[in-house]
Amino acid sequence: MSNEQQAPAETKKNTELQPSKRRFGWLNEAIVPLLAILTAVLIGAVIVFVSIPGNKLPTFDPSIYGSRSDWFFSTLPERLRVTLSAFTGLFSGAFGDWTRPSTIPVAISNTLVESTPYILAGLAVAVTFKAGLFNVGAEGQLLMGALGSVAVAAFMPQWFGVASLPAIIHLPAALLAGVIAGALWGIIPGYLRAKTGAHEVITTIMLNYIALQVMDYLINGVMKDKSATLQRTPFIHENAALPRIISKATDPSLTGGQAYPRLITTTSSTWDLRIHMGIIIAFLMVGFIWWLMNRTPKGFEIKTVGENPEAARYAGMSITGTVVGAMGLSGALAGLAGTSQVIGLEYNLKAVFSSGLGFDSLAIALLAKSNPIAIVPAALFWGALRTGAGAMQVNTGISINLIQIIQALVIMFIAADQIVRWIYRIKQAEGGKITFNRSWGK
Amino acid sequence: MTANVVPALEVRNITKQFPGVLANDHISFTLLPGEIHAFLGENGAGKSTLMNILYGLYDPDEGEILINGKLAKIKNPADAIGLGLGMVHQEYALVDTLTVTENIILGTELRKGPVLNAKEASQRVRELSEQYGLAVPPDAIVGDLPVGVQQRVEILKALYRNVNMLILDEPTAVLTPQEADDLFRVMRELADKGKALIFITHKLREVREVADRITVLRRGKVVGDADPKTASEGQLAALMVGRDVVLKVDKTAANPGDVVLKVRNLNLRDDRGLTVLDDVSIDVHAGEVLGIAGVQGNGQTELVEAITGLQALPSGSIELLGKDITNRPPRSITEQGVAYIPEDRKGTGLVLGYSIRDNLVLSTYYKPPFTKGLTFNDPAIDEHAKELIATFDVRTPSATTTAGSLSGGNQQKIIVAREFTRENRLLIASQPTRGIDVGSIEFIHNQIIKQRDAGLAVLLVSAELDEVLALADRVAVMYHGKIVGILPIAEATRERVGLLMAGIQEQANV
Amino acid sequence: MKFTRARGVGLLGIFIAIVLLFAVNNSLGNKITETSKIQSIWDFTSTIRIPDSAKMKEDPKAPPVAAIELPTMVTISLICGALILVGGVLIAKNPERGWVAPYMSSVIGFGFFSILLWAVANNSVDLSDTLSRVVRLGTPIAIGALAGIVCERSGVVNIGIEGMMLTAACFGYAAAAISARMIYGESLPENVVKGVVWLPLIIGIFGAILTGGMMAALHAWLSIRFKVDQVISGTVINIMAVGITGFTRTNFLLKFESPLRAGLPQMPLGPLADIPLIGPILFDHKPITYLMILMVIGLNFFLFRTVWGLRTRAIGEHPKAADTVGINVNRMRYRNVIIGGMIAGVAGAWFSLEGSFGFDDGMTNGQGFISLAAMIFGKWNPIGAFGGSLLFSSADALQLKVQAYNFDLPSQFMQMLPYVVTLIVLAGVIGRAKPPAASGKVYEK
Repeated sequence: MSNEQQAPAETKKNTELQPSKRRFGWLNEAIVPLLAILTAVLIGAVIVFVSIPGNKLPTFDPSIYGSRSDWFFSTLPERLRVTLSAFTGLFSGAFGDWTRPSTIPVAISNTLVESTPYILAGLAVAVTFKAGLFNVGAEGQLLMGALGSVAVAAFMPQWFGVASLPAIIHLPAALLAGVIAGALWGIIPGYLRAKTGAHEVITTIMLNYIALQVMDYLINGVMKDKSATLQRTPFIHENAALPRIISKATDPSLTGGQAYPRLITTTSSTWDLRIHMGIIIAFLMVGFIWWLMNRTPKGFEIKTVGENPEAARYAGMSITGTVVGAMGLSGALAGLAGTSQVIGLEYNLKAVFSSGLGFDSLAIALLAKSNPIAIVPAALFWGALRTGAGAMQVNTGISINLIQIIQALVIMFIAADQIVRWIYRIKQAEGGKITFNRSWGK
Repeated sequence: MTANVVPALEVRNITKQFPGVLANDHISFTLLPGEIHAFLGENGAGKSTLMNILYGLYDPDEGEILINGKLAKIKNPADAIGLGLGMVHQEYALVDTLTVTENIILGTELRKGPVLNAKEASQRVRELSEQYGLAVPPDAIVGDLPVGVQQRVEILKALYRNVNMLILDEPTAVLTPQEADDLFRVMRELADKGKALIFITHKLREVREVADRITVLRRGKVVGDADPKTASEGQLAALMVGRDVVLKVDKTAANPGDVVLKVRNLNLRDDRGLTVLDDVSIDVHAGEVLGIAGVQGNGQTELVEAITGLQALPSGSIELLGKDITNRPPRSITEQGVAYIPEDRKGTGLVLGYSIRDNLVLSTYYKPPFTKGLTFNDPAIDEHAKELIATFDVRTPSATTTAGSLSGGNQQKIIVAREFTRENRLLIASQPTRGIDVGSIEFIHNQIIKQRDAGLAVLLVSAELDEVLALADRVAVMYHGKIVGILPIAEATRERVGLLMAGIQEQANV
Repeated sequence: MKFTRARGVGLLGIFIAIVLLFAVNNSLGNKITETSKIQSIWDFTSTIRIPDSAKMKEDPKAPPVAAIELPTMVTISLICGALILVGGVLIAKNPERGWVAPYMSSVIGFGFFSILLWAVANNSVDLSDTLSRVVRLGTPIAIGALAGIVCERSGVVNIGIEGMMLTAACFGYAAAAISARMIYGESLPENVVKGVVWLPLIIGIFGAILTGGMMAALHAWLSIRFKVDQVISGTVINIMAVGITGFTRTNFLLKFESPLRAGLPQMPLGPLADIPLIGPILFDHKPITYLMILMVIGLNFFLFRTVWGLRTRAIGEHPKAADTVGINVNRMRYRNVIIGGMIAGVAGAWFSLEGSFGFDDGMTNGQGFISLAAMIFGKWNPIGAFGGSLLFSSADALQLKVQAYNFDLPSQFMQMLPYVVTLIVLAGVIGRAKPPAASGKVYEK
């Protein structure tokens, strides 16, 4: 019948498995995301160009300019200059001002530090994408991970009535607590999805709000540092901290008397960097997830459930187990992101902790097409954008929210890659399209 | 019918190319008012494509269509309907959640301004149904109606739009033989009232029963016309397939052994509380094929899914070789020696985006030799794929081709290859040959018999009565979730089974 | 014994009732002081007042129409006892249908009522005001749910409602503020300072509707024209909304001086508003709340009684069937998604022009997602979704109401209540609710 005849046209091809296409495959895969980013950034530039804040431009005075359009045209060079400086600000914020080499290490370190949670949270979302789930809950899972780890890192010695615990016990315990707390927060929507059919998009968002309230309650309650004026937990014990890679020694007066570890202690301000072991953990996780998804039966199950749950069930795979497992793994990774922020970077948990990381990680996973390896460049790009945005705001007074617009545009162009292909006249590659369990019901 | 009658429809040189397939190759024919013109052809012959072109769902690459002698441009179904051409699709185009009336009037609603005139519409439907002898309840929800009634709604939908030509695409596929006879009566009545009908089927018996004229299609081409009064089934079959076909499966008498599958008192209700399985009990012996006949949707799917662990059961018991497997997880049942060809090849049997290689280990990927320690053992998986592709004659460029890019027959061979190569004691085949080419059908039928002869117990479920009668050693008939009769193959005549399929037990027992 | 949905819900109900009972017992027990006349927790009373709004206009101290004194602990015990009993029946009998949703609604409804009694132990609460708040706070949720229904009934999943509302709130406010400045200049003229400045507010509402429609058009364009997964497309809308509104707020709104100082006014409907209890609940609201009630009734009519409704239901359930009878599925989906966005725009206007006046980052606070839960709760029917909205908004109303009392439960727990309730309802009800069959699926011929 006609269905049969159409079959070859409508099915998607899996290029990954075809050896002949493997060699330059990554370039083909990368071209559309790169162009998507380029297009989004260009649109961002246009937005900057037309919406430069008034104080950066000569004010409109009818006696000088006659009409608003005259005024607009006369400001064109200035607008161009500000737009350019916005983007040079963005660049130098992320990678340093290359005319002053001493700024480079700090800038790059900041970018890497910013990217660390993005890598982990991006991986978290990518795992659920593979399972056909849309986890919008990385934010809440990350918060719970941060809460879990800070509870152990700051209070565990107290529970045993000792002053401190050796690092070999305390650090792994703190990591584990964060991972478990995040995993639990992921398992809840996973279980609800598998058993009741409650759609994970809504449940994870609800859990994000709940996590925020839980954190608020704990930080203002049992976990509050009574001596501090700010709403925050006490500083964590030094033995539970992830070491900085290269940095000056800590000033105990600023860290509640704790001397946090460094792999290399320096006195140079140029090399006083915030980069910590979290990035190494993130890279290890990238490797682990790649291995899990591509080389093991468990990964095969996750992918099969994502591709075709009916067939997975028929083939004897447990849908509930896989969905709960994937969400748990995802939560664990997001929890690890929160953990590394707390015990590697911040050393305590403040009421204002994460902002919008949940949506950022969705964008990163989409940008990387859920490929664990590709998460790294996607997350680095995002980290650079975030780091640079601060400098851009200082340089030009353009709101940091511009980055969110660019972010949304990137996702839009990635998801609707036909737009990009149409703009740049690129032929349709044979690529798998991402789809999710879209129905609300079971 | 005289030569100077203007044909209601004339088709000239219609050609349609799909990627990789020439679906229609210069097809021409005429349709006269008041005649039933049958199109015969096996799956993939291009019948549905041709009809979808007539109905405006596809654009032809070439050719023209004349309606009442005038050149017609049919861009979409609305155009077709406007030109008096209606169609009843194989899968009914009915909205389950709407009422009969709403379905019929959809698109050409009776209205008062923007508001529906429900009362008058339902009155019109009632009149129409009386006029053509097609009884339907106008205010019932379509999803609650039996398939036969849904089909009448489809026909009424076309008649409501005053069509004078009606295309019926495989209309008997889901009907009992008796319901089919009733449909033929309606078709004849419509033809007598001057409507022109196109009847698409691959069932030889039916065309000879009802058609005035037969056109045979093969591989997108018209390969011949036939007169139903003179052509024999054998001739038609040869024309349709392009070679002489053995209509019967070559098999010896069964040699049944011990009971392998013992099913007792299965009961099941669906979400809405309707009975799906009604006290079902069956035995399947080693070395025999138990065929389950019945119109689709009478509980066969649920029975098979219950046995394979895909459907939870509130009551009843299932034993495999004396061991209780009721409500066990699917994997544990598979591991005890159950092979299962599911009815939905694309939705259930395969992951279309995966390679053939991966699909071939879909149920065994976690076991040695395919998994070694924690990771996959790729050489073993590759070797396995190479071997099965050769043994089961899967036509594919390579083992890494995606399953979705293969033809239906080859897809089904992948499933058969995967399922038949485990250590099995019971084989469950659900609609094993639906929608695939004759070559693959023969291959799969022979494989099933081979499995039986090797001592497996085989449970065959098929909506094609001919398939059940050809393969089974005993025939069980399901109706409304109940096993209404089990007959040895020698007593299972088409008429007796047909009556049972319609739930008429008394006469069958005579 | 098999663990089923009915049993799970029964168990949950019993658990909630027991926890509630213990918590109340504990909390009230701590409040017994030697000096007061209260000797045991059984002596607490909660008073529920129904004020006489008509008479209160002249005399604010006018006696209420009714003041029901309930023995706090006895009432809560009876309620919890009944819930435990029915929960037990659910576990024992495992009924197949018809029990889960009513039981869950009563656990939530009576649970809320008990919390209210608990909070006002030895105090009194204005019932009309509490219920009126439920309707008021339910307005954006209900309107959002209607927006969702229009989209999903025609086969397009719309998780971007939150974003559409947020953008509409932002630009609705901007439209009102800017138009007021353009009409009146730096400050309002004397004669309008006291009255309601209708024109800019109406322009604001239309601005919000237009904005919602435009965001929806983007969603439609991505998901219909480019066949982007509708969940992703909705996410794009949500993220874009955060960016655009944040950018607009910091770059423009914060610096913009508008003469407009107040949003949409209270509009009591004459004598109707003075009917005790009923009046405040139904006839003493601001305009968008009335509009919401009209929209619920209106959409119910349009969906089930008109040609548009029939076709909409058809394309959401079986687009191919609709196509074969000459309905242009994608054109109709475009139209409906945009209509849905415009409806969401009305909800957005509620946030920045009615609920409060002004725009804040993220001011929709997840209500758009709660709308979707209300839509699912109501099985994609406007009236049912309205009921779901009231269920969710009562959590919010309760949370705001108990703030006025010296209440033992931490405020964070009260604030997470709406989200927890949404979660529970979604998990408990959804298996029984069937979405439109084609919802979320791209239509291709």
